[in-house]
Amino acid sequence: MNDEFLSPGQRMMRRFRRDRIGMIATACVAVLFVVAVTFGTLSLLGIPFPADPNLTNLEVKLRPPSAEHWLGTDNLGRDVLARLLHGAYISLSVGFVAVFVSLAIGVVVGAVSGYFGGWVDNVIMRVVDAIMCFPTFFLILTAVALMGPSLINIIVVIGLVSWTGTARLVRAEFLTLRESEYVRAARGLGQNSFAIIFKHILPNAAAPIFVTAVLGIPDAILTEAGLSFLGFGVQPPQATWGNIISDGKSYILDAWWLILFPGLAIFLSALAFYLAGDALRRAASSKSETQ
Amino acid sequence: MSSTQPLLEIKDLRIQFRTESGTTEAVRGISFELQKGEALAIVGESGSGKSVTALALTRLLPTPPAEFCSGEILFEGRDVLKLSPAELRKVRGGGIAYVFQEPSTSLNPVYSIRSQIAEAIRLHRPEVKDVDAEVVRWLDAVGIVNPAQRMRDYPHQLSGGMQQRAMIAMALSCQPKLLVADEPTTALDVTIQAQILDQLRELRQKFDMSLILITHNFAIIKNLCDKVAVMFRGEIVEFGTAEEVLRNPQHPYTRALIDCIPKLGAHRERLHTIDYSKIPAA
Amino acid sequence: MIHFIIRRLLITLVLVFFISLVSFFIITLTPGSPYPWGELDPKISQTVKDNYRKQFHLDEPIWMQYYLNMKGLFSGDLRSIKDGRPVLERIGERLPATLALNVCAIVISLSFGLLIGVYSARNAGRWPDVTLSVISFAMLALPGFWISYLVIIGITDWFGTPMLGTSTYGTIFPNAASQMLDYAWHLALPASLLALGGIAAQSRYIRASMIETLGEDYIRTARAKGLDEETVSYKHALRNSIRPLITGIGGLLPALIGGSIIIESIFAYPGIGRLGYQAVLERDYSTLVALNFITAALVLLGNLLADILYAAVDPRVRLE
Repeated sequence: MNDEFLSPGQRMMRRFRRDRIGMIATACVAVLFVVAVTFGTLSLLGIPFPADPNLTNLEVKLRPPSAEHWLGTDNLGRDVLARLLHGAYISLSVGFVAVFVSLAIGVVVGAVSGYFGGWVDNVIMRVVDAIMCFPTFFLILTAVALMGPSLINIIVVIGLVSWTGTARLVRAEFLTLRESEYVRAARGLGQNSFAIIFKHILPNAAAPIFVTAVLGIPDAILTEAGLSFLGFGVQPPQATWGNIISDGKSYILDAWWLILFPGLAIFLSALAFYLAGDALRRAASSKSETQ
Repeated sequence: MSSTQPLLEIKDLRIQFRTESGTTEAVRGISFELQKGEALAIVGESGSGKSVTALALTRLLPTPPAEFCSGEILFEGRDVLKLSPAELRKVRGGGIAYVFQEPSTSLNPVYSIRSQIAEAIRLHRPEVKDVDAEVVRWLDAVGIVNPAQRMRDYPHQLSGGMQQRAMIAMALSCQPKLLVADEPTTALDVTIQAQILDQLRELRQKFDMSLILITHNFAIIKNLCDKVAVMFRGEIVEFGTAEEVLRNPQHPYTRALIDCIPKLGAHRERLHTIDYSKIPAA
Repeated sequence: MIHFIIRRLLITLVLVFFISLVSFFIITLTPGSPYPWGELDPKISQTVKDNYRKQFHLDEPIWMQYYLNMKGLFSGDLRSIKDGRPVLERIGERLPATLALNVCAIVISLSFGLLIGVYSARNAGRWPDVTLSVISFAMLALPGFWISYLVIIGITDWFGTPMLGTSTYGTIFPNAASQMLDYAWHLALPASLLALGGIAAQSRYIRASMIETLGEDYIRTARAKGLDEETVSYKHALRNSIRPLITGIGGLLPALIGGSIIIESIFAYPGIGRLGYQAVLERDYSTLVALNFITAALVLLGNLLADILYAAVDPRVRLE
């Protein structure tokens, strides 16, 4: 049973499929994705299934989990489960799009820095070093607070602040790959820099970049949750996991369900992404860890 | 011939490697003996199993992925494969010591030469009172100039040749019965190679030490080794005294290997390569 | 070694300059009203707005604003919009508490991270390692505010013990020792929660590094010499694996300071995290510029110290 004849990509897939924890985590991510998309669409279309997330009913406010309200109600009588489901897409979209933005910036900066080297690399890396010194959450909070907390603003700010890690990684990959034989061969054949970057180096660096992306999603989700919690996330009445907790802040000692369930949702989603990303990273790496 | 027990006896040793891509047999039933004071060269190309055999002598192979399938390794009459961890640690260094191929990576970069050698001495010869003096003595014995000063250096401050000498000193300072040198000169300059080999020969004679030299290069075993074992794909295909094997190789693979050695002054148009199809399936 | 320190210091100064630029421009260039109140708020007269513009030099060219801001910051003259007190003074009051919290968190992160990381590396691939791996990621995935609230609810419900703030309100302490103890108690919980992510991150760095080191040739030499596994791991492997732990401090510091915003708010802990949050709510720009700058500068200082520490551990680095 030899896999000498498999391509690196196929080998990686094979290793990934054997990783039980990774597979479970990926399954959870898939479920999360489906839930977010389904209920997000319902939310945007205004369809109140399984219950209306925005329906306030002060007579049933702050009720613990029961048969009618499986996860209880909040301080305005809104059903927590409905708000959780209808708010899922916010967290996920922040996660995916912010990572996409930070990836775009990070890859470009890292590639330029790593490929061209010299003083370009030096200057860029100094700037990256400086930015990495900033407590990112504080920076993001400041920017979002000043710009106004809308979904777009949050996504853009998170993306603009988080690219440094990717840039460093991409640069490191480029520095190594630039010296490989096939790049020298390509240059010997007369290919120009652009072509070399896109056709030769990037595909080989793709795996670690992809892994960083997957591992960056839970960071973005947690940041958005933090922002929501502090009141600077997407504003009510739109539900987000963070602002359910934030609204429940004043009642924590009496209404534990307002804290537990949204937090659990955030926690489990982030965990699923982390475990899936880690499994990917292990599958992509050529080194085996048991020896 | 004396009937004393051989220092080292390998009996039908089989070792395989199990990885996610499959199982490979690295050593396929080899047997040989080494008497006290003898020097054996194990010659073969990459993948022949010679290094695996060398590391197996003190179970230095990481076990996954390596597996000892069968056979015995008798050192001074005891089977290494059955020793307890504590007993094994005594054999390592004190009974069988190693010199590895890459001296630059085989020494710990964050400790001085002195400290690494002293550690070995303290472990195997606790009766030594002045450890520093002992370190100097051994560094001197391997030909390092100004040993008292050099011992305070870190590995990266030494040249390749000196690093290897330091490794030899470290191995010998435990006063082992057997020194196993795995391609000790392959990573060094040709000029330094000769020096190190001369050093080994001298030390062998001085301390009447047994030696196993692993190499892919037939040219260096003359004058250094008594016996030769030629390994090919996990098996020993030829065994005999150095004289016999070099002068009158029996097995086609041995013949091909010897033919590969470029000889100065010889008239030849092409260099020899090994035609594997002509070698009987091992 | 001295040369190394001097070189690092020079680079640090350049970075300090960059940081000041970023701090300032983040605040100034972010779209939004320059006033802490709405642009169109009819209660605020034009005179007030004009005075405000004059006080904060909002009509000057941008580089002038930068210069004046930085000058004000360093001379202690930069004042808070909220109460007119010098920004440095306000920060100075709160800084020690945050430093105590963060130093505590760093110590916890590094020590537990090291222990867990080394243990995982030595058992790489087997189930203790796999379990610890999952636990590490769980710690990273925990939203700080969530676990803090759950812990607070748990402890107040079950033990009825006060824990918010830096000291138990309304208590008179018989002696300094019991006051210290009370302070330590109030510090322990937020610091531990703050450190969770750090423990996870550091343990993973150490684990990866140790696994790599344990595959190196000199480890094989150490074993060949007859050393036992403990000595091999802790004496030979560990010192070569520490680099990520120290580099990790570079990432740990900003994360901790960012995290302390939430933790301090929840635990009513009077540090700069909480100050920062209030400044954001009040749009106190001067404080924001100062805070962003100072926190980044602190991180830079931390990195410098970490680099020096690392050069002390590994002799090869001093040549770089």
